[in-house]
Amino acid sequence: MSPHPATLDCVPAPVITATSLVKKYKDFAAVDGLDFEVAPGESFGLLGPNGAGKSTTMRMVGAVSTRTSGTLSILGLDPDQHGPEIRSRLGVVPQQDNLDTELRARDNLIVYGRYFGLPRKQVEKRADELLAFAQLEDRAKAKVDDLSGGMKRRLTIARALINDPRILLLDEPTTGLDPQARHILWDRLFRLKEQGTTLVLTTHYMDEAEQLCDRLIVVDKGKIMAEGSPAELIRKHSSREVLEVRFGSDRNAVVAEQLHGSGERIEVLPDRILVYSDNGEAELERITSAGLQPMTSLVRRSSLEDVFLRLTGRSLIE
Amino acid sequence: MTATTTAPARTGGLRGLYAGNARAVVGRGLLATRSTNYWVVLSGFFEPVFYLLSLGIGLGSFVGTVGTTAGGEVSYAAFIAPALLAVSAMNGAIYDSTWNVFFKMNFGKLYNGMLATSLGPLDVALGEISLALLRGAAYATGFMIVMQLLGLNLSWTAILALPAIVIIAFGFASLGMAITSYMKTFQQMDWIQFFMLPMFLFSATFYPITVYPEPIQWIIQALPLWHGVELVRGLTTGALSLALLGHLLYYVVMIAIGLVFTTRRLRALFLD
Ligand SMILES: Nc1ncnc2c1ncn2[C@@H]1O[C@H](COP(=O)(O)OP(=O)(O)OP(=O)(O)O)[C@@H](O)[C@H]1O
Ligand SMILES: [Mg+2]
Repeated sequence: MSPHPATLDCVPAPVITATSLVKKYKDFAAVDGLDFEVAPGESFGLLGPNGAGKSTTMRMVGAVSTRTSGTLSILGLDPDQHGPEIRSRLGVVPQQDNLDTELRARDNLIVYGRYFGLPRKQVEKRADELLAFAQLEDRAKAKVDDLSGGMKRRLTIARALINDPRILLLDEPTTGLDPQARHILWDRLFRLKEQGTTLVLTTHYMDEAEQLCDRLIVVDKGKIMAEGSPAELIRKHSSREVLEVRFGSDRNAVVAEQLHGSGERIEVLPDRILVYSDNGEAELERITSAGLQPMTSLVRRSSLEDVFLRLTGRSLIE
Repeated sequence: MTATTTAPARTGGLRGLYAGNARAVVGRGLLATRSTNYWVVLSGFFEPVFYLLSLGIGLGSFVGTVGTTAGGEVSYAAFIAPALLAVSAMNGAIYDSTWNVFFKMNFGKLYNGMLATSLGPLDVALGEISLALLRGAAYATGFMIVMQLLGLNLSWTAILALPAIVIIAFGFASLGMAITSYMKTFQQMDWIQFFMLPMFLFSATFYPITVYPEPIQWIIQALPLWHGVELVRGLTTGALSLALLGHLLYYVVMIAIGLVFTTRRLRALFLD
């Protein structure tokens, strides 16, 4: 390596920079002015409900959709002019699997590698490594349609890694999977993160965001509602604990009247009441000693779900 | 913003559309055909062979000889065989570039996946068209062998029909994929079929074009199959003329138009 000039900036340049990013379909703005940066090696999340504009953003970052306005730079390049170059350095896991159903599992990886113009020998070797990484060695010859949902997802992730991407884009990597399959997948993604791959993922599962993201933006209706690490967001927008009480769906609203003043703030949902407080147990005692008997009660730590509820007045998963 | 994009857009022109890697798309197609039903594939080959046997040999024994455009007289079988050779190339090319492409565009996510890599729309278009072309060329080569066995290649120039067939298949594959890429429903796909049948029957396939009144001749001469038939017929019967170059040019234009529209459509659909 050549010696660095003493004045060289030590802060690494962001791998993704978006400013006032907008995508319109006719008059409807699916993405309505997003600003964000992703640092190399960072694990960055977009959290938001259905229709928030997550996939649209991911497609623009993946250089398969052109922006309506704003600026976007991926690895220092503008996707409008350098689509193929950018795509050659990205790995993409789309929201809906688009594996090649006419090919077998291992061939899916090899053929995909060939799309990047990589030499056959190299791709074959890499395909075997990735099948091992995705824990699919024994399924190498399986038809895609014979794989389970979780296996397909892992194969898609393996496929996205065939070109040793600088950035891995994951659009709802675990939606539709059972808890065990999700944990296997999270474990694989953790490994990639440890190896220094930049991850950008969307999700509407707050636990996934908390598990995987160093930093995230909460998106709703194409706009950023909040930004920060999961812990920061919770600290800033919610209390330490939450008490959930249920009085039955017909009584919740009535009881809520009497609960006003409890905790820092309360939130009335159709099926339950949330009391935000730094001490949930104490709130519960106060409520029961006031003669209100909840049918069920639960004290838990605040989550990103609560942050979202606070910011938008709506739940993440409707 | 527009001011800053003008300069790179010029250099970005073809670069954004083409990565010079159509062979990866062809490779994928060949690998995928391993799992297809070979009977369906073979049936497309036999169709023109059956026409040749029944009409050329059977009906031909009543017809005697027919005059070609170039002024010669040839046996009826030798007259229709080159036409059916062109049809054979067309059938093979159309089979892949219409229905197969239609399913991939509308029901599969194959092109989504391809265009998320460094492939450009022109790579995908060229690759898929080449695949269709290969099938057309394979059908036609088989048909050529049948013709040779039946003694229907009347001149040494018949060997030039082989490259001509590839160009004909290329033309149909290219235009076929371009048209298919704009089709959204099964009904629209049926129109293609509806158009193909009369084109097959009336393009001077089974009798000289001179049987039609002049306005009808013009229509036929505007359609692609007639040019293919005349080109191949000239070569297998040895009736060479400058008109053959005109027919060739027709196909070159057809290939170019097909590629341009397919590429544009793929970009609009998958890279918007
Ligand atoms: N091709 C399109 N044409 C028109 N509208 C579109 C198109 N793609 C997306 N939209 C609209 O843009 C909005 C954002 O869609 P997007 O798919 O980005 O949401 P999302 O956050 O990924 O949602 P989900 O969680 O359901 O995947 C939606 O209202 C959607 O209907
Ligand atoms: Mg989405």
